Amino acid sequence: MIDFVKDVRLWFAPQRLRDEGDTPDYRFSLANERTFLAWIRTALALVGGGFAVDQFLPDLRWGVRVGMALALLAVGAACALRAVNHWVRCERAMRRGEDLPLSRFPVVLSLGVGLVAVAMVVVVLLGWTTGR
Amino acid sequence: MSGPGAASRDAGLQPERTRLAWRRTTLACSVAAVLAVRQALHGSGSPLRVAGTAVIALIWLAFLGVAHVRMRQLATARPPALAPRVALGAVLCTVALALFAMTVIF
Repeated sequence: MIDFVKDVRLWFAPQRLRDEGDTPDYRFSLANERTFLAWIRTALALVGGGFAVDQFLPDLRWGVRVGMALALLAVGAACALRAVNHWVRCERAMRRGEDLPLSRFPVVLSLGVGLVAVAMVVVVLLGWTTGR
Repeated sequence: MSGPGAASRDAGLQPERTRLAWRRTTLACSVAAVLAVRQALHGSGSPLRVAGTAVIALIWLAFLGVAHVRMRQLATARPPALAPRVALGAVLCTVALALFAMTVIF
């Protein structure tokens, strides 16, 4: 928890990040930046998916539809916040010459997305729609 | 990168690749923004619709602004490292879009 607060402080203090260790080859920093951007795109895709569930599945029951959309949106927001945190931690690890940080987030995210997909299949198979 | 003579181009074209990654990300943001506007126009009452569309437009423009700043930095021969402020700006735009979506969907 304390480590996390330190990380959050680093988000806002670029000079403190620069104080530590040596500047890595800028190509590594750029690679780290691209990874960060890939995570942001994932987050944006999840947010877009939340909108899409609400707009393009009008036959779903209100509760199922809104619950699904909110789940996707929440995961999208978490993904974006995690992206900047992971970027800061990687940047710091490269400056200090430490190992890159490990993360459980990719596993959690893939399980979450898989769960939403399975839930979708179940909803359609059981016909939990308002029906027409 | 050895010496000032090598400053013209990096063999791996890393800055270009990063610039294109920013471009792709603005496109992803545009798609999400279009879906958000579509959602906002579903709402009842024209003041709400106008306000919702304005909020989305602001978020989208902010994201484009952040990306533009960074892409201009990347166009130089020795681009500086990504500033946490820029990264945070992009993240906050994404989170703002998600929060906006949560309020609209209810």
